[in-house]
Amino acid sequence: MVSSPDLEFFIDPNRCIGCQSCVAACSECDTHRGLSMIHLEYVRRPISVQTIPVICMHCDSPTCAEVCPADAIKRTGDGVVQTARKPRCIACNNCVLACPFGVPKMQAEFSLMMKCDMCYDRSSVGLKPMCASVCPSGALYYGTSEEIERLRPRSRPIHAFRFGDQVITTRVHMMVPRKSSSSQLDVTAAWSDEAVNPTDMLENLYEEAAG
Amino acid sequence: MAELPRREDELAAVFGPHLNRMEGLRLDTGVTPDRIVDTHCCFCGQQCGIRLKVKDNTVVGFEPRYDFPFNRGMLCPKGVKRYLQGAHPDRLVRAQVRDPSANGGFRSVPYDEAIRRTASEIQRIQSTYGADAMGVLSGASLTTEKTYLMGKFARVCLKTRYIDYNGRLCMVSAGAANKKAFGIDRAANPWEDILGAEVIVIAGSNTAECSPITTSYVWQARENGGKLIVVDPRITPIARTADVFLPVRPGRDVILFNGLLNLMIENDWLDHDFIENHTVGFDAVAEHVKQWTPARTAEATGIAEKSIRRAAELWGTAKTSFLMHARGIEHHTHGVENCLSTINVVLASGRIGRPNCGYGTVVGQGNGQGGREHGQKAEQLPGWRDIGNPEHREYIAGVWGVRPEEIPQAGVDCYEMFRKIDAGEIRGLLAICFNPKVSLPDNAFVTRALEKLEFFVAIDFFLSETAQHADVVLPGSLHEEDEGTVTQVEGRVIKINKAVDPPGEARQDWRIIGDLASALGRPHGMIYESPRQIFEELRVASRGGVADYSGITYERIEAENGVFWPCPSEDHPGTPRLFESGSYNPVARGNGPYYFPDGKARFVVAAYRPPAEDVDAEYPVILTTGRVVSQFLSGTQTRRIGPLVDQYPEPRVEMHPRLAAKHGISDGGWAKVESRRGSMTLRAEVVTTIRPDTVFVPYHWAGRDSVNQLTIAAQDPVSKIPEYKVCAVRVSPAAAPAGRSGLPIALPVHGSAGSEAFLVRTGSPKERFPDPPQRG
Repeated sequence: MVSSPDLEFFIDPNRCIGCQSCVAACSECDTHRGLSMIHLEYVRRPISVQTIPVICMHCDSPTCAEVCPADAIKRTGDGVVQTARKPRCIACNNCVLACPFGVPKMQAEFSLMMKCDMCYDRSSVGLKPMCASVCPSGALYYGTSEEIERLRPRSRPIHAFRFGDQVITTRVHMMVPRKSSSSQLDVTAAWSDEAVNPTDMLENLYEEAAG
Repeated sequence: MAELPRREDELAAVFGPHLNRMEGLRLDTGVTPDRIVDTHCCFCGQQCGIRLKVKDNTVVGFEPRYDFPFNRGMLCPKGVKRYLQGAHPDRLVRAQVRDPSANGGFRSVPYDEAIRRTASEIQRIQSTYGADAMGVLSGASLTTEKTYLMGKFARVCLKTRYIDYNGRLCMVSAGAANKKAFGIDRAANPWEDILGAEVIVIAGSNTAECSPITTSYVWQARENGGKLIVVDPRITPIARTADVFLPVRPGRDVILFNGLLNLMIENDWLDHDFIENHTVGFDAVAEHVKQWTPARTAEATGIAEKSIRRAAELWGTAKTSFLMHARGIEHHTHGVENCLSTINVVLASGRIGRPNCGYGTVVGQGNGQGGREHGQKAEQLPGWRDIGNPEHREYIAGVWGVRPEEIPQAGVDCYEMFRKIDAGEIRGLLAICFNPKVSLPDNAFVTRALEKLEFFVAIDFFLSETAQHADVVLPGSLHEEDEGTVTQVEGRVIKINKAVDPPGEARQDWRIIGDLASALGRPHGMIYESPRQIFEELRVASRGGVADYSGITYERIEAENGVFWPCPSEDHPGTPRLFESGSYNPVARGNGPYYFPDGKARFVVAAYRPPAEDVDAEYPVILTTGRVVSQFLSGTQTRRIGPLVDQYPEPRVEMHPRLAAKHGISDGGWAKVESRRGSMTLRAEVVTTIRPDTVFVPYHWAGRDSVNQLTIAAQDPVSKIPEYKVCAVRVSPAAAPAGRSGLPIALPVHGSAGSEAFLVRTGSPKERFPDPPQRG
């Protein structure tokens, strides 16, 4: 059985509250019970509580699989990129280094690359993945495109990401402001100093408050 | 003697907190559960629906409960990992008695022996010093059945006036204000009404961490076009993207809301018809708030005047709105006034008692609502009745089968009970579901009082820091080992279902109370067969009261996903939204929707009083306290759950870089925080998301990590809530405590890659990422 083609995964970092429910619930999934595959990062805690949950984006043409010398990483017919096949994985870390989103994790204990597989035990039988089930902010959402269109009038999904000259398309969608004209997220541009180190917007806020 | 039987570390070595993690059955994906039990989370007042997977009398995991309408499968990390509190190595499975010669300071004894000893000590104390020499402390994490039983046990069995509960630290300011303004103490609306609100005001609620599921309602309202105004000294995750953020100086909330009302009046953003027809007292309040001009309000609250004006305009011109508040404005010596000042702006807007027009406090404890309604409060009888009211006493006496004069008069709040212990008036104490040694302010005093007790019995499932002082510990039940009802944040009465049996000699708390009553030779009205039997009695006891549960049955709760009180008969649908015209109201009887004889709501003048301890040259910084998402209350449960401890292992002091720089304190380095009552050394988290005049420390830890060593035992004169949110401290850089690394560390900020966290916090982006490729 494969996951329903109608059900899609949507990430909206703007909603994320950093609670780590997704991290906690990820380790309850039966395909990697006891281990969490989600990364949840503060963007820059000294100046903001903004956090970003990172699950596997399930690339249409997964770099992790392309760089695997052992052909251990498989993408299912319904577009879900799986944890490395245990008999094949040689724990070389190529995928860990190559993934543009930083998703795969090398589990040294098992000499195995493991990663988010969209809770294949659940999603393949029509259940929501654990993280998107529990997320209390809706930053991680699993549902149909019609639902997201109806529920999120302020934003819209895109699934193309630019890294320098390369554009990667993914099965997982990222929500961007509905008014924005861009059809792809320029990830490398987001690494610029200005993007990562905005001036302290809060300085003025407290100017009068400090008295 | 209730001094600790052994050193704290020796107690901890045996009784914990130790960390429970996924292992064995809980890690085995081949396990097919024996059953899956639909119930609710054991922690906060959101009371999320959850499904517990049970194998061999152990909860081995959970499934999201997608069909429960409040949370639709959502959970916070506490809910996800809650099941790890069961089958825990620290679990008390036998009764314990104090024995300094025993390893860990306690010796296991047969349950019956512990009950007999407890009964004989209670008898000795009461025959020597009188009935009131026994005190009872209870809690709002218990089911409503148990809270009802504890109130009845104190008054009917122990015949003492001294019972109070830990909701005194939580719900009482909001409760008192709601009673004064509306005549009823309950959130006025179901949370669905948030979704259609044009403006949402969140005052003193770290919603994202303390009531995470409410976030989903707020975000959805914003998708629908709603604007968000947040009042908080810190930019919490719910505040980060707010349309207007009002960084109030702790202790000045009432000024802010009086200032907002003044602007509403000045600009005529008022619902005159509503004020005229449904309220009394507006003129006096209008006169009072005149003094809070925008400029004065800005100066006193430390908020930019333009932000105050912007907030007033958004609120004043909205057609629908929802205002909610929590402990941030309630934990003050003027907590009742703070709440009343928010109610005044709601009443002036006329936006209440209609769809998408709401008001409510966000309850903190699991049964923060139900636990404050049925008689475990010092001054209260079931159904939100008043213990000083002769008619109320007579009705409840009839239900209990006693004479009205046999019911003691009002006792005192829980902190005052400790003062009475200190003064020798209360000699013996029975505590359940309350860890005052961690949760009460100025807890060095609480510890000294505990040490003075002649006899102390605790009913607990883990040996809490308070229970460590006990002479006898009776092994009680975890949430999943019993059934009963709780009432969640919206006023919805829901059902907790039993998933597993208590282990060993542990047993359900209501059975322990019954056993104790029998051993005392006072079993009258104390022996029950089941929680259902208690609930059936509670239905009768609440009938005709404001908190009327008489139409609610276990069957209806299951069939209807909960029933909202008041619900006066089995054919009544319950009352999701209060104050609608024509809704059930036993007080107004047709005169109007508010719970006063004339059916009108009350504007009440909310005058500003400064905090009990304001800053000065010696202690120039405001300390405010609160919670983090991965821990709950005094941490008795959550400090024993490994993944939750990993997420935020120890308290840190949050401070602004300006304050840190002034004192030479570095991010991740050690800092000393001192008040007139105590001091603690902890790592600093230097962030611009807090006011420069304020530091924040979360309160979930014990001993040297407890911020309540520093807080002040000043209380609101009406609600008796302690002023956890403001006291005066000073900060300085410190050497590492003994046994701790002196090096600044990268504070753990997420659950996955540790080294990455270090880079995110301390490295420049250029170090972390190579230069992006040049595009041609």
